[in-house]
Amino acid sequence: MSPPTAVILTAPGTNRDPDLAFALQLAGFATEVVDVRRLDGATDPLDTVSAVVIAGGFSYADALGAGRVFALELQDVLGESLRRVVRRGVPVLGICNGFQVLVRLGLLPGGDRRVALGHNESGEFICRWVRLEAPESRCVWTRGLIHGIECPIAHGEGRLVCDDETWRALEFNQQVALRYASGNPNGSRGDVAGICDDTGLVLGLMPHPENHVLPRQHPRHARRTAEPARLGLDLLRNGLRHAVG
Amino acid sequence: MKSAVATNTLERFRITVRGTDPRAESIRTGAADLGVTGLREVGVEDLIFLDAALDDQARATLEHLLVDPLLQEGSWSLGDEEPEPRAGVRVVETALLAGVTDPVAAEIMRVAERAGVSVRAVATGRRFVVHGTIDDAALDVLATRLLANPIIERWSVDKPIEPSFVPTEGEGLGVPEFVAFGGAATTASLEEINRDRGLALDEAELLAIRDYFLAQRRLPTDVEVETIAQTWSEHCAHKTFRARIDVDGVERPRTLLAQLRDSTTRLGRPFVVSAFDGNAGIVRFADRRTYALKCETHNHPSAVEPFGGANTGVGGVIRDVLGADHHPIAVTDVLCFGDTATAFGDVPEGSLHPRRIRDGVVAGVADYGNKIGLPTVAGAVLYDRGYVANPLVFAGCIGVATEWSLPVVPQPGDRCIVVGGRTGRDGIRGATFSSMTMDATTGDVAGASVQIGDPIVEKLLIDAFAEARGTYRCITDCGAGGLSSAIGEMADGVGACVELGHVPLKYPGLAAWEVWLSEAQERMVVAVSSERTGDFLAVCRRHGVEAIDLGEFTGDGVLRVTAHGHTVLDIDTKFLHGGRPQRHLQATAQHPSRDSFEPVPSAVAAVSIDKMLKRLLAHPNIASKESIVRRFDHEIRGATARRPIVGVGDDAPGDGVVLVEPGEREGIAVGIGVSPFTGEADAERMAWLVIDEAIRNVVCVGGDPGRVALLDNFSWGDPRRPATLGQLVAAVDGCVAAADAYRSPFVSGKDSLNNEWVDRDATRRAVPPTLVITAIAPIDDVEHTVTSDATAVGRLLVMLGRSVSQWNGSHACRVTGVDAAVVPEPDPEAPARYAKVHDLIGRGVIRACHDCSEGGLAVALAEMLIGGRLGARCELAPSGTDPHTWWFAEGPGRLLVEVDPMDLAILRGEVPGDVTVVAVTVGDDQMHIADTAISMDELVGCFTGRVQAS
Repeated sequence: MSPPTAVILTAPGTNRDPDLAFALQLAGFATEVVDVRRLDGATDPLDTVSAVVIAGGFSYADALGAGRVFALELQDVLGESLRRVVRRGVPVLGICNGFQVLVRLGLLPGGDRRVALGHNESGEFICRWVRLEAPESRCVWTRGLIHGIECPIAHGEGRLVCDDETWRALEFNQQVALRYASGNPNGSRGDVAGICDDTGLVLGLMPHPENHVLPRQHPRHARRTAEPARLGLDLLRNGLRHAVG
Repeated sequence: MKSAVATNTLERFRITVRGTDPRAESIRTGAADLGVTGLREVGVEDLIFLDAALDDQARATLEHLLVDPLLQEGSWSLGDEEPEPRAGVRVVETALLAGVTDPVAAEIMRVAERAGVSVRAVATGRRFVVHGTIDDAALDVLATRLLANPIIERWSVDKPIEPSFVPTEGEGLGVPEFVAFGGAATTASLEEINRDRGLALDEAELLAIRDYFLAQRRLPTDVEVETIAQTWSEHCAHKTFRARIDVDGVERPRTLLAQLRDSTTRLGRPFVVSAFDGNAGIVRFADRRTYALKCETHNHPSAVEPFGGANTGVGGVIRDVLGADHHPIAVTDVLCFGDTATAFGDVPEGSLHPRRIRDGVVAGVADYGNKIGLPTVAGAVLYDRGYVANPLVFAGCIGVATEWSLPVVPQPGDRCIVVGGRTGRDGIRGATFSSMTMDATTGDVAGASVQIGDPIVEKLLIDAFAEARGTYRCITDCGAGGLSSAIGEMADGVGACVELGHVPLKYPGLAAWEVWLSEAQERMVVAVSSERTGDFLAVCRRHGVEAIDLGEFTGDGVLRVTAHGHTVLDIDTKFLHGGRPQRHLQATAQHPSRDSFEPVPSAVAAVSIDKMLKRLLAHPNIASKESIVRRFDHEIRGATARRPIVGVGDDAPGDGVVLVEPGEREGIAVGIGVSPFTGEADAERMAWLVIDEAIRNVVCVGGDPGRVALLDNFSWGDPRRPATLGQLVAAVDGCVAAADAYRSPFVSGKDSLNNEWVDRDATRRAVPPTLVITAIAPIDDVEHTVTSDATAVGRLLVMLGRSVSQWNGSHACRVTGVDAAVVPEPDPEAPARYAKVHDLIGRGVIRACHDCSEGGLAVALAEMLIGGRLGARCELAPSGTDPHTWWFAEGPGRLLVEVDPMDLAILRGEVPGDVTVVAVTVGDDQMHIADTAISMDELVGCFTGRVQAS
């Protein structure tokens, strides 16, 4: 049987698509990169896919705010199609800029509750490794990650912002999928690193699990032989597991 | 141009950030740095100007596109309807100067169009609402030094600023001017032209140009004169490195460039594929894969517009690697700034404050590297008074290719195609600008020399070329000199005929010479056979990259340029590239003190060991660079196996970095060496120290010292001053001698001379002679690499090498404010030691490894302990060695390694030279040194600046 296909959506300025393609292939997916500029709206590239992933980067240089122009374009050419794949039960993942895009598309957290990703508390871009824990949630991507994962963050706008009502709803509905467990790097509300929609299929997160798919990518690989690996790959494998049912 | 905008169609849209805006905080700090008191609070707003007639619905549509209501608030006003500011509130508004690239405005245009809102033009700006007691003088300081950068922005005080929309019409490409290089021209009149046009040529060069055109029986056009000036600039022609040089009246047998090249040839190392040829050096360590290596400087642009200068420095060096037909995989950066604590009154007139330069440069490097998607890996940050008005920005890039073959030259009939960004008035005369001294007027005259980067466009170029490889014959980047230099170089010996009317412009109204000379960024030129042109253009189209056919390579050896059919340039490429008279320069030899022993300076000896260590850890050159390194994405591509920051707390300094593709085990180590504090005293030894340090850095992480390739980058003062040139000559001698000793060839190099500035007392000052060496070595197996953090309790930390009592350039001298005479001598045992250390890392004997560099052994030890969050009990200095010398002397060849006690015998038996146990690691969180104990908290505190070292 040929492996299930994950489509990676990109725009000019998306730059972690090669990392993601490598990671998804390691997880067991076949990957196909789809540049949003080449879509005409006539054919649906998501027709038969098993997973949809929006890669990180600086789409359109984040010109009007992170992910905004990419989201506008996706809304035009693929908005309906994206909602359709979710109804079909296909898992969707947005990483970093992809998370920002999903939020601006309204796919996260879903419904009319609003969240936004604002500039980091420090006002600066931050690149560092973080440990994430996966609280009990409805998210299909984070199931069984009892040790959490470790991977780098690399962003300037990753601080989750929402009003109290939205916050209570996110917690009540178990839509908080990932939390920073080694210090909050950006001032995100409730240490949130990732949230899912109410189907649990759509996950957005700021950190980059695709950059920790091999144990030796960890900065302290040689020192931490006794610790669990906490690979970001496990999160992607969850997506595969769900995709093949 | 402003008359094109009727007031009633100018819409202003203001966006404020909800909650705290981090920009406000940085302005408050910046104002304090400038000595402006009385500023209580400041509000920052983004301004968007639209030339459009909008109804409420259109405004609502745009507002929805531009504002995220959870994060921002927007408000509209028409034209100059802004209310008068209240008492105690001052308002400064800024807008970009006409012609400065404004990518945000372009994106707004596109998005508005998409949403069906008709907009004629968009511009952006910023509005600062300043609360407090600020008089006009203080506000002027804030506006010109902090809120606006006069190089790229205009500003207005307490009234709305009028935007400069991108012009949509203009004359352009008019008839060229002829320049008075006729038979009647005298040296005086030529010198006047030279000065007025900023040509930076000397008398012999001016006369050579006059004679060439006299023989042609015509006057040169402005396009021709400007083209020759760029081609013959120090930046492009490396006149000093190609000059005849007399030292103390005796002519040297070879030019500096020939010395470096010959050294590489003599070494004959098989991994060198291409050295000193084309855009970058090329090496091959394994079967099919080649690496392209390049490092460039962008010093003067970074001085006047730090963000843009550094930004385009990174963009430029990435294009160099692209121009060598390799796929870029990583970026490096070495940054030198004035002391950020410099009093405002001590900053030379017309210069930006070092803190502003530092912040802008760091942001510029981060912006380009992060957005283009390349990890910014190896680097260094240094501070010295000598860089106060002339920072140094060394940007490097590494690329990779498989099955790369030596490039061929364009063939007659090949098409000449420009690819990438559009051409504007940005960055005119950059090459000649970089060859001048900077003074109080530099900012004014250099305005047009500053380029603005667009990393996304360059990212598209990288992607397009990755796919187009094979469809084009050869490729060159548009750097200094723009098209004139790129096409001029490619046409060397072949000839070309191009039409400037085809060049895609950002806006109309450019003169022919401006189009031809513009250093607008993100452009490449390729030669494509006419059969493959269709294929090439199709790939570019697929990637959304503009590619325009400008003309063809001819075969007659003449460079011919037309503007709408009129010839504006017609020069034999033999003259353009070979007609420059060779310079003949005078140098005076340096006479350094070379005593083998120099007593410990008494000011150093007077400070106790523990106090000195703490002061050293807190010195800006040694203290943690984490706040800078974290701004750079060093993780993208997943290939950074050994990082610039290491250890348990992710806060200790690494030595080299290791790059290994995630699916592989083989890769490369990259190390940097720089030590500008020794060049004034002994530039030859400085070169040894710097090369040793770069190689030692790759050895520390597991790189193979037997196969190291080197890049040299010189940033120096004016070589027409004989003493300055003498230092340069000595440094090149040192480079060649060290390259021989380490059997490590240079594969590429670059010099940036004339790094001089005029101080407040009208004295001309040069930057310290600064040589940056980048070393690249293969990693055969990523599992055989180590980092600098101590890994376990009960291990021995062992010094390999000696501490020699020679103190010039040491940081112990710097923190105590004393001078010393003798620069540390080369260590002849270093190459053999490094080979053995490499072997022992591979065998797993050495568990961690750190180089003893700035601050000496004590600092290296403290850094290893910080990395492992371990304590240590230190041994006393070996008998016969003064404790201050043991702990704080700096010098080459020295490594601090961690081994199991059982393996000490292996070190003693196998490592050449001194092997001395320095300390044993303990679990009590204390560094016990010289009868005192320093807690881990205090070590980390000094290193990170949390604790003030007493």
